[in-house]
Amino acid sequence: MSSTTQSIYKRILPQLIILAAVLVLNFLVFPDFFSIEFKNGRIFGNLIDVLNRCAPTAILCVGMTLVIATKGIDLSVGAVMAITGATAASLVVDGHGWFTALIGAVAVGALCGIWNGFLVAVLRIQPIVATLVLMVAGRGIAQLITEGTILTFHDEGLVRLGAGTIIGIPTPILIWITLGAIATFIVRKTSLGMLIEAIGINEASSRLAGINSRTLLVCVYLISGMCAAIAGVIVAADIKGADANNAGLWLELDAILAVVIGGNSLLGGRFSIIASLLGAMIIQSVNSVILLSGMPPEFNLVIKALLILAILVIQSPKIAHLRYMLRATDPLPRDKPKPPSVAPQEKSQ
Amino acid sequence: MIRSTHLPLIATLVTFVLAYAICASQYPAIFSTRVVANLLTDNAFLGIVAVGMTYVILSGGIDLSVGSVIAFSGVFIAVILRDTSIHPLFAFGLVLAITTAFGAAMGGAIHYLEMPPFIVTLAGMFLARGASYVLSTESVPITHEFYDFLRDIYWKAPSGGRFKLIGGIMLLTFVAGALVAHRTKFGQNIYALGGGEQAAKLMGVPLAATTIKIYAVSGGLAGLAGIVFSLYTSAGYSLATVGVELDAIAAVVIGGTLLTGGYGFVAGTFFGVLIMGLIQTFIVFDGTLSSWWTKIVIGALLFAFILLQKGLFWLTKTRRKTTIGSDVQS
Repeated sequence: MSSTTQSIYKRILPQLIILAAVLVLNFLVFPDFFSIEFKNGRIFGNLIDVLNRCAPTAILCVGMTLVIATKGIDLSVGAVMAITGATAASLVVDGHGWFTALIGAVAVGALCGIWNGFLVAVLRIQPIVATLVLMVAGRGIAQLITEGTILTFHDEGLVRLGAGTIIGIPTPILIWITLGAIATFIVRKTSLGMLIEAIGINEASSRLAGINSRTLLVCVYLISGMCAAIAGVIVAADIKGADANNAGLWLELDAILAVVIGGNSLLGGRFSIIASLLGAMIIQSVNSVILLSGMPPEFNLVIKALLILAILVIQSPKIAHLRYMLRATDPLPRDKPKPPSVAPQEKSQ
Repeated sequence: MIRSTHLPLIATLVTFVLAYAICASQYPAIFSTRVVANLLTDNAFLGIVAVGMTYVILSGGIDLSVGSVIAFSGVFIAVILRDTSIHPLFAFGLVLAITTAFGAAMGGAIHYLEMPPFIVTLAGMFLARGASYVLSTESVPITHEFYDFLRDIYWKAPSGGRFKLIGGIMLLTFVAGALVAHRTKFGQNIYALGGGEQAAKLMGVPLAATTIKIYAVSGGLAGLAGIVFSLYTSAGYSLATVGVELDAIAAVVIGGTLLTGGYGFVAGTFFGVLIMGLIQTFIVFDGTLSSWWTKIVIGALLFAFILLQKGLFWLTKTRRKTTIGSDVQS
């Protein structure tokens, strides 16, 4: 048991270091950053704010990590958030309870996920293209549901999902941590995680090994759709309205970025949900540094781009190969560079 | 006999003719040269950027940065014309140089770091959008007499339609793009790269140079589209053209280019752009339909064309399998 905890720790160490560094940066520009106080039955503080604001990205991350582990990608999550937020809002406006609205939204999200999964697993369309269809059409569908307006609602129960608290802790934080824990538990305590990784490394051989890759792929996109649904409901509940145009706009890119920052290869294979969640926290902490330091928010995107570039260089198979060769030069300095299959794990195709 | 690689292009043409016929049956005015001229003018920047996207997709890649690059070019021109007294033509040259170099840098990163184009161009998208925010978050108007001069260049058709300069630039780009793709060595290399990187390498295709050139062309054309867009709107705005990369990709796919690369025609993209423009025109003509139907119809068309390509792919594969008589597993 201790060896597995140790290996997990080793896996997420770079993310922890980055997160710590960014948090220290936060502390430097705003010394009160770590102070947390309890007021009016709710905890307040910048740290809590970071955790609260990263909730949509973190929830999307759970599904996106699994999708990316199968060598896929889900571009539609932002649009699905808009659709599900609109669904929940319209259900509540029609007089249904918040629970019905939540279930309805998750069901619609599941439907979107099955659609994506069907295109990818059964029709064998490239994931980028398959999910692009829903990404383009999704916001149109969401506007169809809201009939072109921003649907506002005042249902207490639904609002509590996005802006309420449970024993003083904001609900979104509890939701994303619970979701992340459940997903990690399921994929790591059963063989599901390994099977998903097998598909990502080589789908053809995983099928030959007896893995029902088709069903599993559909399930992975289904989970991604459902995560997007929950994120969509939270975002809608937070602003007490469903905005078909702006809900979840570009959040799919943030989620992908968080997964990549989490050290998960876009080429599929080994994954860690915890590392992705740390990635989501890192993104939000960077946002917080920019806000607290009084830097113009315009720099946000530039910094994100530089982050991606740094990760690209670190993750690149070429660089990994180079590092591997540098390490291997000691015993056999004249060792001929073998084909890149020597490079650890990142071999594509 | 019709070759199966031509079928998507023919399907695009049939869709276009059908769509035009449906529009014309309800609104005969759609045949007027005014509508045609506006169709060209309104979609000029999209068409130009779609040519570059066709190259990228033919090579099996994707370029998510073009929308941001268009916005950056517009803001850059507007800011430089406001703050300095240089001639717009010089600014245009500067923009084209910057965007081409930007595209080349992305191509270099894709090739040398061996990373998926998706994530590299995503970084490019953030970078270009961020750079335009840093230049200006407000809409900067362009008031230069040279701009008025350029806007006043048009050819007036006998029945009143005004074919403006930017529509002409788009047509020229398409002609040049088609010639380069089908008549030059670079064009052949793009197709070879899209057909399979390993095979292309063994054939002696210079992978590094081709990849870098493809993304440089895409970046440069995005810059040109930015210039055209600034002529179209007479302003530079950092929040403009969000999501144009998706429109361009959709136009390329509706134009019959295979997203896995290797098959497709620049001419198809032209009709893809026109189909998308036509949907918008129809919605404007109708007046009761809401604009969100554009997105849904484009999504549905996208799906239909992907399905068509898949079907053709299966068909050729099974045909080949039966002729060879072996049970090759994919």
